Amino acid sequence: MTSLAKRQEYRNLFKQNVERRLLVDKAVRLVVIACVITAIVPLGSILVEVFRNGAAAISIEFLTQVPGPVGSGEGGIGPAIQGTLIIIGMASLIGCPIGVMSGIFLAEFGDNRLARTVRFFNDVFMEFPSIVLGIFAFLVIVLVLGHFSVWAGAFALALIMFPIVARTTEESLKMVPVTYREAGMALGLKQWVVTVRVVISAAKSGLVTGVLLAVARIGGETAPLIMTILGSSVFFRSFDAPMDALPLRIWSLSLLPYDSAQLQGWGAALVLIMIILAINLGVRYFVLKKKNTSILGGLISQRTGEDR
Amino acid sequence: MGKSLTASTGRKAGADKIFKLGATVAGTFVLAVIVLMVFQLAFESYPIWEKEGFGFVTGTDWNTIEGRESFGALPYVLGTLATAAMAMAIGVPLSIGIAMFVSDAPAKIGGPLGFLVELLAAVPSVIYGLWGLYVFKEYFRDFVEKPLHAAFGDSIFLFSGTPFGLDIFTASIILAIMIIPTVSSVAREIMKAVPQQQKEAAYMLGATRWEMFKLAVFPYAKTGLIGASVLGLGRAVGETMAVTMLIGNATGASAIPSSLFKPSQTMPSIIANEFVEASPAGFHLPALIGVALILLGIAICINIVAHVLVIRMLKVKEGAINN
Repeated sequence: MTSLAKRQEYRNLFKQNVERRLLVDKAVRLVVIACVITAIVPLGSILVEVFRNGAAAISIEFLTQVPGPVGSGEGGIGPAIQGTLIIIGMASLIGCPIGVMSGIFLAEFGDNRLARTVRFFNDVFMEFPSIVLGIFAFLVIVLVLGHFSVWAGAFALALIMFPIVARTTEESLKMVPVTYREAGMALGLKQWVVTVRVVISAAKSGLVTGVLLAVARIGGETAPLIMTILGSSVFFRSFDAPMDALPLRIWSLSLLPYDSAQLQGWGAALVLIMIILAINLGVRYFVLKKKNTSILGGLISQRTGEDR
Repeated sequence: MGKSLTASTGRKAGADKIFKLGATVAGTFVLAVIVLMVFQLAFESYPIWEKEGFGFVTGTDWNTIEGRESFGALPYVLGTLATAAMAMAIGVPLSIGIAMFVSDAPAKIGGPLGFLVELLAAVPSVIYGLWGLYVFKEYFRDFVEKPLHAAFGDSIFLFSGTPFGLDIFTASIILAIMIIPTVSSVAREIMKAVPQQQKEAAYMLGATRWEMFKLAVFPYAKTGLIGASVLGLGRAVGETMAVTMLIGNATGASAIPSSLFKPSQTMPSIIANEFVEASPAGFHLPALIGVALILLGIAICINIVAHVLVIRMLKVKEGAINN
C-alpha cells in the first residue's frame, strides 16, 4: 500500500517537473519570438514612414532641380542624387582594385604570418568609426590641397569599401576548388594567369556580390562626407570642388526648422533607401537564383552539406 | 631549345613575382593606412595635448572663443560610454533572442527572418536619424519618457529633468536598434558553429529546446557570444549620424550624462557638429582631432578584443569539425 502511494507521489513529482519545464520552454519561446518582432517593428516603421512621407515629395522637378532658397520648399535634390552616384563611382574605382588585390593576397598567398596579421587588421579596420576615416581623408587631402574636394570624399569612402571587398573576395576565391588551380597549373599557365583567368572567373558572382554590398554600405555614409565633400547646392563642377550627396542633403534638411524642409528630407530619404534596398534585394535575388548553377552557389550548398 | 625553356621559365617567375608583389602591397595597404592614420591624428592634435596635457581627457570645459579657449573631452567620452552601454543593455539580449530563433528555426522561416533583421543594417544611419527625429522621438517622449518621469522623476536621478525627446535615452534606443543586426548575425553564426552532436546529446537526455540552449549551446558559445556583443559595442561607440541628430548636442560640462532625459554629446557627434566650423589656426580643430584620436583608440581596443574572442570561438569550431 505504502509503496503504491509513494509511486503515485513520485509520478506526481515527475509530472510537475515536466510541466514546469515545458512551461519554462514555452515562456522562452514566446520571449524569443517577441525579440524578433521587436526588431522587425522598427524596420517596418522606418520603411512605411519613408515611403508614405517621401512619396508626397517626389516629382520630376524634385528629382532634377537644384535646391531652392532655404525654407522656400522649392527646388529639388538633383545635385545630391548626381553627387551620390559620382562619389560611389569614384570610391569604387579606387577601392575595388585595392580590395580585390588584397583579397587575392589573402586567398592565394595567405598562409603565413603577414597574411594572418593583414586578415586580422582588415577585420578590425572594417569596424573603424567612419567619421575617423573622414578626418583622415581631411588631413591627408583637404588640408594638403587647401580646399574641400570630391577626391577627399572618394578616398574616405574607398577606405570604407576596400576591406569589405577584400574580405568577400577572399571568401569567394577560397571556395573555388583547388583542382581548378591544379588544372590550370598542369596546362603550364603562370600563376597569375591561373588566378585571373580561372579562379577569379569562377568566383565572379561572389566578387560582384561583395562589391555591391560595399556600394550599398558607402551609399548611405554621411559622417566622412561632412569634412570632405562638404555639400553644395549646385550640380557637379569639378573633382576639386565641393559636391552634394543624398545623405548630406538629408542631414542638412533635418537641421532646418521648416515643414517644407522636413518633407524634402523624407523625399531624399526615399530616393536613398530605394537605391540601397534595390542593391540589397538585387544581390539576394542574384545569389539565390544562381545558387544551383554557379560554382560559388554549388560550393555553398556542397559545403553546408559537408558540415552536416 | 633548352635556352628558350629557361628563358620562358625565367619570365614566368618574373611575371608571377610581380603579381605576388602587387597582391602583397595591396594586402599590406591596410596596415599602412592604420599606422599612418594613428600617426596623423596624433601629429595634428599635438597642439591640444601640448596646451591641455592629460587634462584634455579629464577636463570638462569646451570654450571655442579665441583667447579663452579651453578644451576637455571628458563629457563626450562619458556620453559615448553611457549611450553605448545602454544600447548594449537593450540590444544584446534582443539580438541573442533573435539569433536563438533564427539558428533553431527551420531554414524556410529562419532564412528570410535573418535577412529581414540584416536589412536593418542596410538602412543608412542618417535615415535612422530622420526617423528618430520625426517619428520615434514623438511617441517615445509621450508614451515612455513622460510616464517614467512622472512616476520616478523625483526619486531616481536617472529619470530627473524634463523629457524633450532629444536626449540620451532616445539616442540609446536608436543605437540599440542599430547594433541588433551586427550582434545577431554574428551570434547566429556562433550558435550554428556549435557541433550538432552536442545539441542532439542534450535532446537525447530529454532536454526541452530551452534546456538544450542552456546545456549545449550557451556554455560552448559563451566566448563567441561575448565577442559578438563587444563587436556591437564597437559599432555603438563609432556611430555618428543618428546619434548626432537625436542626442540634443549639449557642449561642455552640461553634456555630462547625469540623467536619461538630458541632452548630451558623444565623441562622434561633437566632431560631426563642429568640425567644419573649426578653424585650423586655433586650438578648436586640434581639439576635435584629439577627440577623434581618443575615439579611435577606444574603437581599436574594443574591436581587437571582439575579434580575438570571435576568432577563438570559430577556431574551436574548425577543430571540432576536423575531429
